[in-house]
Parts: sequence; structure tokens; C-alpha cells
Amino acid sequence: MEIVAQRPKSLRDVQFTYCPGCLHGVAHRLIAETMDEYGIRDNTMGIAPVGCSVFAYKFFDCDMAQAAHGRAPAVATGMKRARPDMVVFAYQGDGDLAAIGTAEIVHAANRGENITVFFVNNAIYGMTGGQMAPTTLPNMKTTTSPYGRDVNDIGYPIRVSELLNTLEAPYYIERVSLLSVPDTIKAKQAVKKALKYNIEGKGFTFVEFISTCPTNWGIDPNKSKDWAKENMLPYFKLGCFRDKEKDNGGK
Amino acid sequence: MSQKILMKGNEAVAEAAIRAGCRLYFAYPITPQSELIEYMAKMMPKVNGTFLQAESEVSAINMVYGAAGCGKRVMTSSSSPGISLKMEGISYLAGAELPSVIINVQRGGPGLGDIQPAQGDYFQATKGGGHGDYRLIVLAPNSVQEFADMASEAFDLADKYRNPVMILSDGLLGQMMEPVSFKESKTDEEIEELGKQHYEWCMHPNTGYTERHHNEINSLEIDPNVLEQHVLELEKKYKLIEQNEIKYEEYKVSDDNEILCVAFGISSRVVKSAINELEKEGHSIGLVRPITVWPYPYEAIAKAIGPKVKKVIVFELNLGQMVEDVRLAVNGKVPVDFMGKVGGIVFTPAEVKEKIEESL
Ligand SMILES: Cc1ncc(C[n+]2csc(CCOP(=O)(O)OP(=O)(O)O)c2C)c(N)n1
Repeated sequence: MEIVAQRPKSLRDVQFTYCPGCLHGVAHRLIAETMDEYGIRDNTMGIAPVGCSVFAYKFFDCDMAQAAHGRAPAVATGMKRARPDMVVFAYQGDGDLAAIGTAEIVHAANRGENITVFFVNNAIYGMTGGQMAPTTLPNMKTTTSPYGRDVNDIGYPIRVSELLNTLEAPYYIERVSLLSVPDTIKAKQAVKKALKYNIEGKGFTFVEFISTCPTNWGIDPNKSKDWAKENMLPYFKLGCFRDKEKDNGGK
Repeated sequence: MSQKILMKGNEAVAEAAIRAGCRLYFAYPITPQSELIEYMAKMMPKVNGTFLQAESEVSAINMVYGAAGCGKRVMTSSSSPGISLKMEGISYLAGAELPSVIINVQRGGPGLGDIQPAQGDYFQATKGGGHGDYRLIVLAPNSVQEFADMASEAFDLADKYRNPVMILSDGLLGQMMEPVSFKESKTDEEIEELGKQHYEWCMHPNTGYTERHHNEINSLEIDPNVLEQHVLELEKKYKLIEQNEIKYEEYKVSDDNEILCVAFGISSRVVKSAINELEKEGHSIGLVRPITVWPYPYEAIAKAIGPKVKKVIVFELNLGQMVEDVRLAVNGKVPVDFMGKVGGIVFTPAEVKEKIEESL
């Protein structure tokens, strides 16, 4: 019998802590499959954030660090500077990366740290029970924006990929979605590109995943994807913002 | 030991850290420690080390966390306001048991305070500062030479106990110049060997050292029973440090002492001058100088109280922080008095002498 699908070797045989329908598991799988395909498990170090994916340090089968809330890019910097011969990636949610960790991500990107940051944007704080995130959409209700996000009071959602794209140093920035099978296949291509450039020592690479949070949105998993397509994708436009390989004509 | 050269404390400790095998340094500029970061900026590239000026002290300490997690000798430095920002990271370093060295060149506080020497961060350094039950090993130098010597001592202690170590200095020690001699530099091979002692637990992929694929650097234990065990294990380690690592200096401590003084760091230098003056006038005054302010030399202080001692007087550049530990040590045997100076002003030997004379 031929095995046609199995757990990637770069994911450990432990139970995920994610809610049913959560897409963190899909993002993990795309990263782990890519680690397998490139054969980099033995020279990769990852960083788990504070958020629902805090236990990612248990899930990836490579050396892993758990970072303080928002500090993953700084921890990644320390790791990469200590072991420049290793592939280093950080995995972060939108509260972690775009609120408390804004300085860390901007400056790691601006230094062109040779790391990859995977950014899961689900427009909400999942772990703490559905509070407003910097990416929460206008008028979207959360437990701390019970009357809907008032942009006149708290501002507009931050588009992180576009923000990082104002910097000179980043090598690769792409926003993808996990909301459909074709989109997920495209997302895998983005993960592969990011880690390829990372392995080649090209510089800072960044993949933003548009994701969902059925539990805290209070919408069932499939409808969550539809909701995200209708509401998130018009605001957070998918696409590659930066690919210096292409921009340089492959040089 | 090399020949003595005249150097600022900030530069001497940086040089000594590099010689001790520190090849990664992350920090953010702040007075009065800027000579330290500038020395590192100049010298680290010459030893193929990493110097990185972080975007904040918060980032710097988290870079330390990442590098320490890889088993490397790594250091950061700052002054009081910046050390406050590092406190979150220091708690994580302690929780994840990461060997690392943090230097605080203290200045006047609270808030932005000023940029003159002070000892107002004693509580923060020795009693917590960050959240949770944890301890830092805290070394308090009183000369440029000792400041420099403590760099390698701090790294050794950090490695030995897998614990962050702080050198609690001040703006005066950082800025003043004194003759200093240095230990031999560690070779690249020696530094490599030092790293290997951590392979059991640290992130070290692709070293061919073990077959395993998965080490975790982590301070999270979501199961209360597991966290309890972890914190109790930490406590055992702290007890061991208290047993093994207490250091202090006794100066003119004898059975003839009329007064016993206690002072740490730069204050102890002023107190010594006053004691020497008083000796000329026929008075016997002793001084206990805690060199480790955590673990604290409670017993040594209790033992140093001679039969004729009328009073213990504590001198600090704050409004009375270490004095609480001295009271615990003295435990009511004799009265404990205190003289403090704040605002970044250092008491003069004459002022200290006067304070002692009040009780003679
Ligand atoms: C310093 C600090 N502040 C706040 C928290 C509480 N906290 C834990 S997770 C979280 C939000 C995480 O949200 P996000 O990054 O969007 O990730 P998600 O859980 O949605 O995957 C917060 C605020 C914390 N752990 N540490």
C-alpha cells in the first residue's frame, strides 16, 4: 500500500490544542511540510508566540523557544545571531505581532534579519477569549469592542504587510489566505518561497496568513471562512508585496 | 594577569566580558552606561562577535533570551530606567533557566531621575523586580578592578546554575577611571567547550552531538502541578546558591569595634575612608561589605557584631533598602541606624565620619 498522506515529520505526534475548525493547524502543517521537503528539520529553530499558538513549541519537531508576548522577532534575532548557520522562524498572532510586539517586528524587518516570520491574522485575540485586535475590522464586535470597533475612537485595522513593505530591507512579503483549498495551495507556495530565501541567506521574509477564529467570532468553521472572504479580504488584500528575487530579475 | 592600565569601569567590564568569552551583546544606549555599549560596538567585530544596538531594552533582553537559549555567553547592559524595561525579560530568563549576564550601571530615580550615581535599584535587583518567584544572583562591585573581575565570575555563575546574573554597579563606578588588569582571553576553542556544557538542554541543532531533535526553551507550564514542581525545583537551586555563593568583605572587623558599618558597592569606599580617619583618632570601626547582595551575607553580618559594638550603621545611596536585610541579619541584637543620600549625590567621607561620630 502506498501512503498518500501522513503527518509531516517536522510535526511531533502530540495533540494540537486548537479549537475545532481553527486554521493554526493548517498553517503549522504548511510550514512543517516545507521543512520536510527542504530537509531542514535538523537545522531549524522556531519560536512560539503568546497566543493560541503558544504551544507551537511542542508541535514542531525542531528546537523551539517560547517567547514573551510580542517579542518573538527579538528572540529570533538573538537565536539567528547566535547560530547564523541555522534556519530560524517565528510564528505569531495578530495581537502578539501587531499590538504589543509592533516595535520588535518593525525593527527585525528593518534590520533585514535573516529570519522568517509567519503571521496569522484572524482579526481577534483568540487565546484570551475574543478581545479586539489591531486587525479587528471596522464595526466588528469583540468582547472589548462590544458595540463594534469604532474607528474614530480606536483607529483602523493595521495592514502589517503593507506597513513592512515601506521598509527597504525585507526580501519577501506576501499575504495569503487559508480560506479555501486553492488559497491554501498558494499559501504553501509562499511558505516555500519564504523558507527558500531564508535558507539561501537572502534576508527577512514574511508571510501573513488570513485566518479565522470560529470560536471567538461565534460563527461555525465553514461559515467563518465565508465571513472572512467577504469581510477580511476586501480590507486585507491578498498578494505579494515584495519579492526581491523577482524585482532584481532573479539576481 | 596583564599589566595594569587606566580604564573606566564601563569599558573595563566590557573588555573583561569579551575576554570571558562573551561573543553576543545586545543593548540600548543610556547614560551613565554608554561607554559600555560603545566599547562593545568597537571591540565585538574584532573578535567576530555580535554587537547589536536593539530598538529598546525590551528587545535587547529578549535577544539575550534567544542567544542564551542557544547556550552562548551573552550579555546586556543598561542603567536604571532601562533595567526596569528589562524586567519582563529577566523573569522569563529566570523561568526558562537561561544563563545570562545583565549589567546595571545605576543612576538616580525614580522615573527618569537623573544621570548621577545611585543605589536605588537594590530592591528591584534583589527582591524581584520582574514577576513571579525567582532570584537573580546579584554581584555588587566597589572598584573598577572588581567590576571587571565580576564579568567572568558572572558568566561562570550563570553557567553553573543556569540562572541570570546581574552586576549591580552605579554611575560612579561606570564612569571613573582606575588601574585595572585583565585575565587572559578565552580562546575560540575554550568558548566552544563552554557552550557544550549546555547541549543537554539548549537549542543546538545540527551539532551531531545527540540524536534528539527537540529541545525547548520555555517558561510556560500550564498544568499547576507541573508549574509547582518547576518553581520548587528553582527554589532548590536558589537554596544551593545561598549555601555556596555568598561573598562579602570584612574591613577592620574586630572584637574592639565600637560600631559596625554595612555598605555595598561604591558606598563602601566612602565608608572605608571614614573608618580610616576615625582609626587615626583612636576609634575601632568595622565594615562588612556584601559582595553578593543576593545571596545575602546575613550570617556574616550577625557574626561580625563584636562584644563592644553599640550600633550597626548602614550607608546607602538610597532611602534605606539594604538596611532591611541588615535588620534581618542583626535581629534586634543591637540598634540598626541608617544614613542615605539620594538624587544622585554621593556622601563624602566627612559626612559619613560625622554620622558615625554621633554614636561614639
Ligand atoms: C505581557 C502580556 N500581556 C498580555 C498577555 C495576555 N495574552 C495572552 S494571549 C493574548 C492575545 C493573543 O492574541 P493573538 O496574538 O491575536 O493570537 P491568537 O490567540 O488569536 O492566535 C494576550 C493579550 C500576556 N500573556 N502577556
